[in-house]
Amino acid sequence: MVPFFHSVRLDADKCKGCTNCIKHCPTEAIRVRAGKAHILEDRCVDCGVCIRVCPNHAKVVHTDPLTRCKEFAYNVALPAPALFGQFAELSEPGAVLDALLGLGFDEVFEVPLAADLVSQAMRRFLQERGPGPWISATCPAVVRLIQVRFPELIPNLITLESPMEVAGAIARQQAIRSTGLSADRIGVWFITPCPAKVTAIHQPEALAQSSVTGAIAVSQIYGDILKLLPRAGSARRRLQASGLGLGWGRAGGENVAVGIANHLAVDGIHNVIDLLEELEMGRLQDVSFLECQACTGGCVGGALTLENPFIARVRLRKLAAQLPQVCSLDLAAMEEEWGDVFSIKGEIVPRPMTPLATDMYSAIAKMERLEIIERRLPGLDCGACGAPNCRALAEDIVRGRAEEKDCVIRMREMWYTRPDMEKAKGAKP
Amino acid sequence: MGLKPLLEMRFPVQGNDFIQAGEASSRIKRTLQQIGMESSLVRRAAIASYEAEMNIVIHAYHGELVLTIWPNLIEIVAADVGPGISDVALAMQEGYSTAPESVRQMGFGAGMGLPNMQKCADELLVETKVGEGTRVVIKINL
Repeated sequence: MVPFFHSVRLDADKCKGCTNCIKHCPTEAIRVRAGKAHILEDRCVDCGVCIRVCPNHAKVVHTDPLTRCKEFAYNVALPAPALFGQFAELSEPGAVLDALLGLGFDEVFEVPLAADLVSQAMRRFLQERGPGPWISATCPAVVRLIQVRFPELIPNLITLESPMEVAGAIARQQAIRSTGLSADRIGVWFITPCPAKVTAIHQPEALAQSSVTGAIAVSQIYGDILKLLPRAGSARRRLQASGLGLGWGRAGGENVAVGIANHLAVDGIHNVIDLLEELEMGRLQDVSFLECQACTGGCVGGALTLENPFIARVRLRKLAAQLPQVCSLDLAAMEEEWGDVFSIKGEIVPRPMTPLATDMYSAIAKMERLEIIERRLPGLDCGACGAPNCRALAEDIVRGRAEEKDCVIRMREMWYTRPDMEKAKGAKP
Repeated sequence: MGLKPLLEMRFPVQGNDFIQAGEASSRIKRTLQQIGMESSLVRRAAIASYEAEMNIVIHAYHGELVLTIWPNLIEIVAADVGPGISDVALAMQEGYSTAPESVRQMGFGAGMGLPNMQKCADELLVETKVGEGTRVVIKINL
């Protein structure tokens, strides 16, 4: 199997080996060993929770610097809807497009516009495929979560690409057409609020190769854009997207844009997990369209954004209200012109977590040992051993990745019950 | 069965305790996942045990869920002390429920418990005695 690419990495020098990340990780994918955090590759879904909770900023995201544009003859920026919610004084969303051009990009393709098209494609998909429940596959952390923890729900995923991928595919073709350059000389850059999108570019789930070249973090480019915003004055460019497309940047926006009855929106990865549990158990029969966002508040809450997600969400809503509420582009016409850039062509495969053992008999033997060890552990779930809770430590022990004496409480017990200590106690007058 | 069980786990379930309801079936699900059972089997076992657990919570006084893994099958036994079922054939019909209105208002008791168990199981046995209790055996072949 191809090793999993992860955009979330550890800066070992900054890591103090505290318990913040292990306690918050929704898939229990982090352990502290020898004083440093380690990511269990088969479990990480790149949701970015650890980046947000690390007080030492030791979790970093592998993104591309703006200087990588020099490697290409022609560069296109793909601003995410969430980017537009980052600036306090922004009265005209087109100013952000001006600023990106001012930074040296040759062209800008709005991801909100692609979101408008994906909304139409989703509406058609849902009308054709019946009641579902269908889950949007546009949040890449949610797709990975489903592959890892809910493989039974893979058939419920809507097989449509995300607005980023659609924007990349159209922008690249447009650039080839307008410049006559070959595809490899065109750089297409997503301005990303999200570490999981970076992973989706470098290791797409169902595509051989993403149409997007790389990702520049919103947090990296924020200052540069901000400097150019006032100078842009009244924007030369106007946003082509509708308010609905721009609304995709906040939780619930996708639901509104797709406009299907019996929809449900859930945001925050722990809430998403709870809801998918319900769905897997067959308890969500009356919902036909499910929008799941790993980040609280939706993409505006992404780990690579700077603004408070609640402030950004309100701002995005106000900006969206100024725009027309109908998309200016027609889906069928776009398909005619650019081909089927919407369908997910490959297969999304399960990536279940590694079981305790490959054969059932030894896995069961390990399970019994795990239960016995768990009963001996104190049940404080303190995390001092480096595992997020006592059960996870018991699991690590039977997997041969930890020892019982890693538990400080057990260690103390073992110390006081040593034969010589017992003898010393008995010898007291 | 001359075979020996590979694993047996017991989970007590309290009647009318909607706060803890679902925990036993969650643990059954997690156990089967960690053992590395195929995800479709895990899902069927999880749904069947959840329905069995909820039936105890809604209808019975107390009971327990017992998960047993045999070399050839997963067996979940839900045994309770409770009112029993007076007409099993009727209870097996989708939408039939004797759950009180208060429970239905919580979103439970839609009359899908036993029918869902039936759908998930390869074999379902219901033994019941009115005024004493019910024992449901769910078998899922490996």
